[in-house]
This record gives sequence, C-alpha cells and structure tokens, in this order.
Amino acid sequence: MSDAASNPESSQQDSSRRRFLQGGVVLGAALAAGAGCPIAGQAQAVPDDPSKVLGSPLRPYGERSRFEQTVRDKNLHMTDEMGSNSTPLDETLGIITPSALHYVVHRGGLPDIDLRKHRLLIHGMVDRPVVLTVEEIKRLPSTSRILFLECAGNTQTEWRAPTGKTVRDTHGVTGCSEWTGVPLSLLLREAGVQQGAAWIVAEGADATGNERSIPMAKAMDNVLVAYGQNGEAIRPENGYPLRLIVPGCEGNANVKWLRRITVVDRPYMTRMETTEHTALVPDGKARQFNFVMEAKSVITFPSGGQRLATPGFYEIRGLAWSGRGLIRRVEVSTDSGKTWRDARLQEPVLPLAHARFRLDWRWDGREAILQSRCTDETGYVQPTLAELVRVRGLNSIYYNNAIQNWKVAADGSVHNVHV
Amino acid sequence: MSTCRLWWSAGIGVLIAIAGVWPAAAQLPTYGVGRPPSAEEIKTWDLTIPPDGQGLPSGSGTAVLGTAVFEERCASCHGETGEDPKYSRLVGGQGTLATDKPVRTIGSFWQYATTLWSYIRRAQPFDEPGSLTPDQVYAVTAYLLHLNGIIGEQDVMDAKTLPLVKMPNRDGFVPDPRPDVGPASSQPKR
Repeated sequence: MSDAASNPESSQQDSSRRRFLQGGVVLGAALAAGAGCPIAGQAQAVPDDPSKVLGSPLRPYGERSRFEQTVRDKNLHMTDEMGSNSTPLDETLGIITPSALHYVVHRGGLPDIDLRKHRLLIHGMVDRPVVLTVEEIKRLPSTSRILFLECAGNTQTEWRAPTGKTVRDTHGVTGCSEWTGVPLSLLLREAGVQQGAAWIVAEGADATGNERSIPMAKAMDNVLVAYGQNGEAIRPENGYPLRLIVPGCEGNANVKWLRRITVVDRPYMTRMETTEHTALVPDGKARQFNFVMEAKSVITFPSGGQRLATPGFYEIRGLAWSGRGLIRRVEVSTDSGKTWRDARLQEPVLPLAHARFRLDWRWDGREAILQSRCTDETGYVQPTLAELVRVRGLNSIYYNNAIQNWKVAADGSVHNVHV
Repeated sequence: MSTCRLWWSAGIGVLIAIAGVWPAAAQLPTYGVGRPPSAEEIKTWDLTIPPDGQGLPSGSGTAVLGTAVFEERCASCHGETGEDPKYSRLVGGQGTLATDKPVRTIGSFWQYATTLWSYIRRAQPFDEPGSLTPDQVYAVTAYLLHLNGIIGEQDVMDAKTLPLVKMPNRDGFVPDPRPDVGPASSQPKR
C-alpha cells in the first residue's frame, strides 16, 4: 500500500514532501551506514497492522516519523546565507519549540565550529581576563530556564498592509526553548569587573562577527552563557557551542556562537545596534537600544492559510509572551474586537517564555474575525496596530507587537487581514 | 593561621609572582578553571572599535584609493556607486528620514564612521569576510564616506581622522521610550 493510500492527508503534500525527502536521503544514508537502521523516509511498504510485523532495529539518534514533514519556512531571504527561516507556529504544540524547527536569522551563513577548538575570551575592564573552553564552562554552576526568543523584526511585514499569508510569515521569527548555561554574572564576578565598567560587548564567531553592546545591569541580572537547548547541545543554527541568552530581549542581542565578551565603560555602537534594531519614528529620529520585546500574542489555530472543514467545534489555540515577565491574561475575540473572552492559560505559565492559550469556540459558519490580546504582569496590554502607528508611524520596521487579525471566511478559509 | 605559615604563604606568592606564573591570578578564582589570554589572542579577537576609535590599527586610505577596491570587491553586490538597493543601499537618502519613504544609508542614517570601518573589516566582502587589509578598509570607508558627500576625495582616513568624521545623522538617535502606548506609557519607566 502506498503512503498516500494509507494516509489520505499526505497526498496533498506529496510533492513538497518528496522534495524534502530527497534532501534528507544523503543524511539518512550517512546515518544508516553507521547505524544499520532503515533510511528515514525511504519509500517502503507500510503494514496494514504494524503489530503483526517485527519493528525496525533500535536506532541511536531519534528521528521524527517519516510521515511528519513540517520544516522551517523561508521567511525573508536576501541570499541563501542572509535571512530568516521561521518557526512553523501553526504546527508546533505546547510551549517548547523543537530545536530543529526553532527560527533562525543569519547574516553571514552558518559557521562550522569545532567544540574542541572553540574558546570564550572575557577581557577588558576586568581584573582577571580569562580564556575558557566549552568543557570548562560546562563544569561551572549552571541553570536551565525556559525562555522565548523573538527577532526584533518579527511581524515587520505587517505595518502597512496584511502581507504574510500564514502565521509563519507574520509571526514565525520567535521560538521558546529550555536553555541551559552558566549565569553571565558568575563569569563576570569571577573575572572581577572593574569600577567604571558599564557595558559589555559580546561577539559571535560567525562571518559577520555579530557584536552587541549590552548594559552591565542587564548582563549581571539574568543573562546566560548557554550551551544547552532542550536537553542537548545547542543546534548549530541556534549558536553551537555557546550563545548568549538575554531573557526578554531581541534575538540579535542573544549573540550566537559566542566567543568574546569585552567589559567596557560605554556602548561601542556596533552595526547591529545603530543601523539595525533602531526604530525610526515620524520626526526622523530613531529609537536606540530598545532590547525588550513587549507583550505579544497570536492565534496559531485557526490562522492564515488553514481551512475549517465544517461549522462546529474548534479549539482556538495560540501563543503569548512578554519580555517584561509573566503573561497574566489572554483575551480572544471572534467578532473583530467587539467582545472578548478570557482564554485558558495552560500551566505552567513561565516568565519570559511562550505561554499557550486555548479557548473553546463553536464556529457558526459565518465570517468571523479572530483576535487575541494579552496582558503582562506589568499591566501592559497588547496594542492594536492603529495604536502603534499613531505613535510610531509606519517606518520603524521593528517591535511590531500589534494584535493580529485572522478572518475566517464563510467557506472556512482563513486569511490575514487588517481591520 | 600562625604568623610563620602566613609569611611562608606570602613568600611563595611573591616567588610565583616574580616568576610570572601565578596560575590562579588569571583563572576564575572560585572554580580554578580558565587560563589567562595571551596578548596575541586579545589582539586577534578584539576587533571591536568604539566611536572614539580606540583599537583602530595603523594604516590609511583615501576615496581615490578606495575606488579600485570597491569596484573589485564590493560593486558586484552594491553597484558601482553604492546605490544598488538589492542588498544594503550605501549611498544617498539624506533628508528622507522624516518622510513617508525614508532611505537608510551610510550617508543618511549611520551614526558613526567607526561602525562602518568595523563592519567592513569584520564582515565584508560578504563572501570573503575579514579579507581586506587595514589600508583597504580605510580606503573603502573613505570611498563610501566620499560618495555620501561627507569627506573629500583626497581626505586621508586613518586611526586619528576616522573618529573625527561627523556623520550627518550622528544626533538622530533617541533612547527607547517604550512602553509608548496604553496607560503604562504615561507612567514612570521601569
């Protein structure tokens, strides 16, 4: 029996799946050569009753089912090495983003880094400049925290018009992982920060040498030098073998492939904190050193590009997060903001992490505009796009945390709209 | 601790310090890991240049010298005159920031010339990052500043002159005022 016959849904996606599988054959073959296991995704018969056939041998590193094909979407690409791939938020479940699906933004491609050769240098205004290997860093007192990351440019296409077709396009440059690492404050205290030091400059080992200035107060607060993501080493695309995790702050400041921390007395005005991540407002001035990603939520189901087959029961699902702490409340409207109902917040709700919200909904088959609006522990309420535009105009690119609108048409199709 | 042992310890400390092999001094003192960096390591890795130019290496260049470097190494992506919008547009746009269609370039938006120097050195050309010599980086920087009408064609850019360049949008940046919407926008900032 063919895959398509056993799984009718797969036939629609067959061509994209085939493309994906072709890409996976090389890796699959390599794994198979080492492990003697069947090639993941290779065309093979599927038994009608899997309990009547001996299963395949144990394998050393887990792969998802060959019937699962979700991948990161190309988001904004300038070249193959410069751009972003978004998290498929419409298909991820719960609050943890699988590492392999976690969004990626690269400006100089993916660096190939040997764990054994990688070093972290801490120097500048410190009493004891130090070079540490990754193994040495792993020996130090560590902690794990579930934290969201979001690119400052997430939702940047939506200022003027509803542009993205899907929630991956509009909101996919965010993810949430359990990050494990050593508090940066521990490293800085050990190195002996000198009087007058007020900032650090963190630098990555990629082809752009991404560097960011971060205020010392933040550096000493809750920043991690992370080596773990979701229970294993950080994935290369997410910063292997070391990255900075700056909770609640724009993704770019969470410097990946971290190799150097220079303790200084002033911001160094690097490219990524001057020409980028600065938000132009109508008077021609640009806001600088913005860092915090303000409270934001989005409905991931139903969302753009999906289709409700028939009227009836659906669970509206979505994610909410705030760079200022806990999400306290998420409200959902199914009538374009006329009335709101509190969504259920799924426990655990963690500060500076994605929170999963859910709301039961019975679709009556008529056009509906779905919105979600979150409130964080500071009392900040997620704004409408009009509120943001009134203050910031249309050219600030970054930090668009406006309420998203999805229109469910009478035929069940779901579309990105402005209201 | 007895006085005798104290002196003994101090004596060892002095000896190690004199020998220049005080192992704990540069390590993380509580955990005893890490080693001190060599001056060469710091020099290799510390490529960060602040606005005052601290750390700029010797070398120099002018827009005239930078023309050839730009044509050979940069123009294929950015266009002969840096105005190709396909990637980052490098030239023009002055006076547009407060309009409906702001054009952010080196001339219209960039805050410090040192940022330009530092980014070219570390990240350009895109396919061969870090391959330009300091002289070439000074020259390309001078060329781009000249294309934007900020310096003259013969002006020499070096460790002394580059930090003195005043970019047109130097004063175009303000601190983050958020939250800027809702009730919290009128409250004192956290």
